Amino acid sequence: MKSFTQHKGIVGPMDRANVDTDMIIPKQFLKSIQRSGFGPNLFDELRYLDQGEPGQDCRARPVNPEFPLNQARYNDASILLAQKNFGCGSSREHAPWALEDYGFKAIIASSYADIFYNNCFKNGLLPVILTEPEIDVLFNALYEQEGFTLDIDLGAQTVTSDDGVVFQFELDQFRKECLLNGLDEIGLTMLKADRIKSYEQDRAEQHPWVFGAIK
Amino acid sequence: MVSKTLYDKLWDSHLVDENEDGSSLIYIDRHILHEVTSPQAFEGLRLAGRTPWRLDTNIATPDHNISTDRSEREAGVAGIPDQVSRIQVQTLDDNCDHFGIKEFKMNEMGQGIVHVMGPELGATMPGMTVVCGDSHTATHGALGCLAHGIGTSEVEHVLATQCLVSKKMKNMRVTVDGELGPGVTPKDVILAIIGKIGTAGGNQHAIEFAGSVFRKMSIEGRMTVCNMAIEAGARVGMVAVDQRTIDYCEGRQFVPKGQLWDQASEYWRTLVSDEDAVFDTDVSLDALEIIPQVTWGTSPEMVAPVTANVPHPENQPSSDLRKGAQQALDYMGLVAGMPITSIGVDRVFIGSCTNSRIEDMREAARVAKGRMVARSVKQVLVVPGSQMVKAQAESEGLDKIFKAAGMEWREPGCSMCLAMNADKLGNGEHCASTSNRNFEGRQGSGGRTHLMSPAMAAAAAVAGHIVDVRPWLLEGSVTEVSQ
Repeated sequence: MKSFTQHKGIVGPMDRANVDTDMIIPKQFLKSIQRSGFGPNLFDELRYLDQGEPGQDCRARPVNPEFPLNQARYNDASILLAQKNFGCGSSREHAPWALEDYGFKAIIASSYADIFYNNCFKNGLLPVILTEPEIDVLFNALYEQEGFTLDIDLGAQTVTSDDGVVFQFELDQFRKECLLNGLDEIGLTMLKADRIKSYEQDRAEQHPWVFGAIK
Repeated sequence: MVSKTLYDKLWDSHLVDENEDGSSLIYIDRHILHEVTSPQAFEGLRLAGRTPWRLDTNIATPDHNISTDRSEREAGVAGIPDQVSRIQVQTLDDNCDHFGIKEFKMNEMGQGIVHVMGPELGATMPGMTVVCGDSHTATHGALGCLAHGIGTSEVEHVLATQCLVSKKMKNMRVTVDGELGPGVTPKDVILAIIGKIGTAGGNQHAIEFAGSVFRKMSIEGRMTVCNMAIEAGARVGMVAVDQRTIDYCEGRQFVPKGQLWDQASEYWRTLVSDEDAVFDTDVSLDALEIIPQVTWGTSPEMVAPVTANVPHPENQPSSDLRKGAQQALDYMGLVAGMPITSIGVDRVFIGSCTNSRIEDMREAARVAKGRMVARSVKQVLVVPGSQMVKAQAESEGLDKIFKAAGMEWREPGCSMCLAMNADKLGNGEHCASTSNRNFEGRQGSGGRTHLMSPAMAAAAAVAGHIVDVRPWLLEGSVTEVSQ
């Protein structure tokens, strides 16, 4: 698994609440059996003026000048500043894959949908949670100041602006450790194989119908 | 003894290990796979040289990406015209064959939308943990399961270890007591709940739906309700086990028989929240106040009674809600203050994991019977949720009712709910849809979705605009239908 320790980068805006995973990566791109290559189609319907289809050369497509991330000042954005309940809707991991493939290393929002939040950690993408007033402060700074950057330190659980303002954030220790060290979660669970087997033995005695029905 | 909620009981009985950091290892009893979220998981398994932990837990079927057109389906997987789709469906078949996973292939009896076929085959049973790479997995909670959607990395994790690293959620109870009025369906109940608590209202919670309305509701209806728990932000929706649950399970393909059945059903009866169990969050609605619901915006929480007008954004309580409502109205091409019933529909979709079970087909057919689709409506798709629902509906002659009304009777699949196949809306088209999400572009780029019940969708198809179906359902009433 990819790790995340610290990242400093330009911040780009996604200034609306309840951004859903259909918006992040529309369904026609889910036909791919690959994990990569979704970046050019991130926010496809908002980002381009034509209808996106798999396999297009996106560099030749007409871009929507109204969409903030298309503005030159956000070209190198690697931190996405968003509003509440980001990533609601479907469980598609293609959403974090697309954000990561586009070049985002972290997202900052006041809340996330549960499945999306979980999926981010599996892909080295850090979803930072700050309070709504803090998010408002950051949006104001972002709009005022071209090239607005933030420095995110996962170990210290801080987001720091160029003028030295520090925002503290919380997250689960297990997720933090996995992300800091790029740990293979499957490998970690497999270290507990004996426990899993002993659970299965007990369970098979209590609830035998759970085993063996599907052949 | 400490009182427990249903969720507490299900969690405790699947706990393999607890870590000091607050995370837990949870055992997974049933894993359902489909073509869209599994290929990268199988690939990861292969690259790491791993094999599935258990085979008799997995069950697979293609549903999201397949055609619902009969002639295209008859051409088989090799005949899928879109090459990218064909490769994806073929990859599921190949992976299941390679690893020895039970799959109901595209045209086999048993195939269907994952959340329709699992319960109907008895692959989902009360007391199980059920996961699938699809957020509507909450559906299975209608049988008293702990069921939720997972991402592709977790699909791989479950395949490899039969477990998930998880953190216990909070308990929420949504109680609906009283009698539902005639023509008010499970879909209206869940839309009303989402309207009340909002699309993030259930975040970090497992919801138990309680109260007399759910006790009297069929299992199919409970599935419709639990299905949309995720639209209220909750990964998990559940209804406690009762006699209806036991009756529903009995005799299904993978459900135990004989002595094992007696043992299983005795245990299943314990899967209810203890009387004095404590919930972190409690919400209640009065059944009498629920009338048929229709969404007017681009989030399931943007919902109103069919008798209402499209709301004014300035009446929303906060600035971001006002902004969101105005954005939604602009996208939907609607004007605040116009009656919901004045919204015309271009296409109608009756199907999806929310509303494609036999009861839904019957409900829609009851409205369609002896009536015709309005001339202004371009297409009405009726898509049964599974091969078994299709066969049952055809044995009852429902397909003939739909066809006589000018509707299309299709092959089972997810279809226009997410428009991964050819079933989609054109730019700017309004759709009366029984599916679960009205997000921008969900049913096709620029498409405008209005979520509602199967009866309401069938009535909209006939009227050509959104209409209150309740007078149509009053027995013996003569309905004048404007065309």
